[in-house]
Amino acid sequence: MIIVGEKINTSRRIIREAVENRDANFIIKVAQDQAQAGANYIDVNAGTFVDKEIENLCWLVETVQSSLDYPLCLDSPNPTALAEAMKLHKGEPMINSISMEEDRLGPLLPVVTSGPCQIIALCMGQASMPITVEERVDVGAQLIQKLTGEGVPIEKIFVDPLIQPISVDTNMGIAALGAIRKIIDDFPGVNTICGLSNISFGLPERHIINRNFLALAMSYGLSGAIMDPTDIKLTSTLLSIEMLLGRDEYCEKFIDAYQEKRISG
Amino acid sequence: MSEFQALSEAVLKGDIKTAVAETQAAMDAGANIQDILDTGLIATMDEVGDRFSKGIIFVPQMLRSAKTMQECMKLITPLFQKGGVTSKGKVLIGTVKGDLHDIGKNLVLMMMEGAGFTITDLGVDVTPEKFAQKTQEIEPDIVAMSALLSTTMPSMPLTIEALQNAGVRDKVKIMIGGAPVTDKYAQEIKADAYASDAGSAVTKAKSLMGIS
Repeated sequence: MIIVGEKINTSRRIIREAVENRDANFIIKVAQDQAQAGANYIDVNAGTFVDKEIENLCWLVETVQSSLDYPLCLDSPNPTALAEAMKLHKGEPMINSISMEEDRLGPLLPVVTSGPCQIIALCMGQASMPITVEERVDVGAQLIQKLTGEGVPIEKIFVDPLIQPISVDTNMGIAALGAIRKIIDDFPGVNTICGLSNISFGLPERHIINRNFLALAMSYGLSGAIMDPTDIKLTSTLLSIEMLLGRDEYCEKFIDAYQEKRISG
Repeated sequence: MSEFQALSEAVLKGDIKTAVAETQAAMDAGANIQDILDTGLIATMDEVGDRFSKGIIFVPQMLRSAKTMQECMKLITPLFQKGGVTSKGKVLIGTVKGDLHDIGKNLVLMMMEGAGFTITDLGVDVTPEKFAQKTQEIEPDIVAMSALLSTTMPSMPLTIEALQNAGVRDKVKIMIGGAPVTDKYAQEIKADAYASDAGSAVTKAKSLMGIS
């Protein structure tokens, strides 16, 4: 599993304040904690600043990488912000995200092909949000074809099936899960990824729903998750499911995490 | 609430069958249809919105109650004389340009309908021009805008500008909402109100209309 640590996002008040105050030590600490907890990429998102997003996103990239030799997941719907952040980033970042929306696809294609990177391809259609498995797979397929057509290796593409709340339509869970399976069947080698919290919008005890959804999605073939790796229960679910699916040789990762006290029931 | 208590309880529970039967029973017993609407249905949906805002009930329960009310409305609407259903006000609603998210917008729409507002839904990715043109056409009391992305929030002030240019800004109240939207942002762009969820959207809309 590829884990993207989601905690450095300015929609969280504590992060927004740290960015406003240029509190580099705090941001570095949040990044380090997530790296230690098993994140493969550290997500950085400054979207709530609107006018100052680019400046703040660039500051986040430089700040985290100033003390941590670690790849980041550059997170913005704004193609200009992603282009600027990518120029500053050392190593191979993950780009979050490209979609079929006109304003995003056109400007982003040259950005994501300007250097090596992992790309999250969000199944958001040109004019509407996909609902059914078929609609999601259709948008995913278009994105995979566009990207591979530009020379992006398929294993660098992480298709996000677009998670929508189960509270407004109880088919939303199975639609996302079905899309994950169909996409990996139709496009061998491609990765899939998603955030976990949208699924539980509008419901109580969201953590329970989120971590069980993670387990289900993994069994359908999910290969990446945008999540909080410092959430011990969530990481415990992830590592035990990974092991149960036969992806943890000698149960090494699970036992290591136990010995390092990173998991607990 | 006493007269329509069984109806009210059925709407709260989202029990369509019982609610429809109770509506029919009330009609058969000669109850005033405006009373059925105001006391049995709208007042109950106010309670639903309030419970939702307080975190006592959740989205699926709110949707279920709204759906129950819609089914009851099907029975009583034909009995109102033309244009006879009293409306709390006309609301024009849509997700702003560049944004395709409609879940939050639809929840607000449903609760406003439940509260007795008349809604015109422009859907998603609505341009400022479209908002302005429709405002001129149907003369709503309230224009409600939704945005889920920080990149599409700037469509909100652009829409307000378009309403201004069309000469209708001062004829409507503007309310906004959506995950990245804040009260502070509403003030910055000179919207009239911000609502954080579907329940409070109704409360804010009522206070904009001067209804308690």
